[in-house]
Amino acid sequence: MAEDASAKPEKKGDDEPQEFIVVDCDELDPKFKEEVARESGGENIRRCFQCGTCVAMCPVAEHDPRYDPRRIIRMVNMGMRKQVLSSPGIWLCSGCYNCFERCPQDVKPTQILQAIQHIASREGYTHKAFKGAIGLLIQRGRLIEVSEFDNRSRVKLALPEIKEDAEPTKKIVIHEKLDKRAEEKKPEEKKPEEKRPEGSK
Amino acid sequence: MSPRRPPEIAGEYALFIGCTIATRSLNYEVSARKVAEAFGIKFVDIPAFGCCGYPMSHVDHDAAIAVAARNLVAAQERGLDVITLCSACTGALTKASKKLAEDAKERAHINKILRESGSPEYGGKVNVTHFTRVLYEWIGPEAIKKKVKKPLTGLRLAPHHGCHYERPAYLFDGFDSAKRPKSLEAIISACGATPVRYLNMERCCGGDILAIEEKTATKVVNSKLKDIQASGADAMVLHCPFCSIMYDEYQATIEEAFNEVYKLPVLYLPQVVGLALGMDPKKELGLNLNNVKPKALLAKLGVK
Repeated sequence: MAEDASAKPEKKGDDEPQEFIVVDCDELDPKFKEEVARESGGENIRRCFQCGTCVAMCPVAEHDPRYDPRRIIRMVNMGMRKQVLSSPGIWLCSGCYNCFERCPQDVKPTQILQAIQHIASREGYTHKAFKGAIGLLIQRGRLIEVSEFDNRSRVKLALPEIKEDAEPTKKIVIHEKLDKRAEEKKPEEKKPEEKRPEGSK
Repeated sequence: MSPRRPPEIAGEYALFIGCTIATRSLNYEVSARKVAEAFGIKFVDIPAFGCCGYPMSHVDHDAAIAVAARNLVAAQERGLDVITLCSACTGALTKASKKLAEDAKERAHINKILRESGSPEYGGKVNVTHFTRVLYEWIGPEAIKKKVKKPLTGLRLAPHHGCHYERPAYLFDGFDSAKRPKSLEAIISACGATPVRYLNMERCCGGDILAIEEKTATKVVNSKLKDIQASGADAMVLHCPFCSIMYDEYQATIEEAFNEVYKLPVLYLPQVVGLALGMDPKKELGLNLNNVKPKALLAKLGVK
């Protein structure tokens, strides 16, 4: 990727926006938008005309400049596949659907972000929080352990005890091979010797 | 769109409590069960219920729908519709219920996953409804008003509708406005209290990204607590355990991190309705389990 050092701001902390990206036409994947559009929820991505209503309504974007749904959608439509899938920003959507209800083009940004997350996950970029969630579903069939203490508290309030049964959920999670994704490393962490040399195509 | 209203409200429904309420929001569960009982709704507990599939919605579409559908199958085997308390569970289960009812191709695809995972197939007929929607749409503010024994006169309550209870609107038949929801206000008014409007009412709790970026999530919460404080509300009213974790459990942490003082009690909607119905604040409504103690509020009402 072409580099222009002067275009990069110095990283000051996690509140800073992501580094500016220099668009390299040779690296673009024009099919990426179609890939997202084929994913459930991603169908309307090409309708986006960049008005920014999604950002104006976004409770996360207001507090974290790394999350910018308009920018992410633009990057997909331009074909910046690798930059999008490896970006930490794609995991910051809080799923509140405020943008979804207001988008004048019915792009469905909330579901676009999920579609992008699904592709990213298949490519080895599953966020560690969700790797943990997959592990819990396999281990317990639920996200939070029900301990003996919890059950005692429940009984005290005359609430029914809960017995964990991981099997049925575990079987689905494993059938969909999510156990593999929980263990998988990011593509750039895999066998560095096989990486394409800089500049080659 | 006409509201989906069962011919006879009183009856049996499968109660889906999900993972968070079962361990961290017993006050919500206990009060919801008591309030439901008062309106003739019988909750049936189904031991086979597990994760609703919501956590997988960020990872894989098929897995999220199949995990949700597995729960719908468990309700189907008992011939019951589902009532939910957690908004995230409501979102995940409703999405699966709607998609699998309307899209035969997707149903066949998900049923293949279920079959190969050793689960019975799903017929596509189980309805999912959040308990607040039951109170608002099935029972209705008028019927609630008639049952009120201790009107919460003088109490100013700030409603927080949250996200997966009414959004996206297409999943919920538009039973409440997705942009300016007002069902909580109607129920608060029915209880004799005054609903308070505040800036950015429709903003979310940020709970979904707590495990991704805690600092950002707490900023989202702090800004909303600030808006509610400015409205002069006595308490905040909500109906999702994730929202409660953010506003109630995290409130002290946020006060310290942002150098603020809120001391804003956060009540679950059934606790508010229960108080108006004259239920015992501790034994029946679990108000002693709320993190920010609503002592001043109860004193204002003259209850102990």
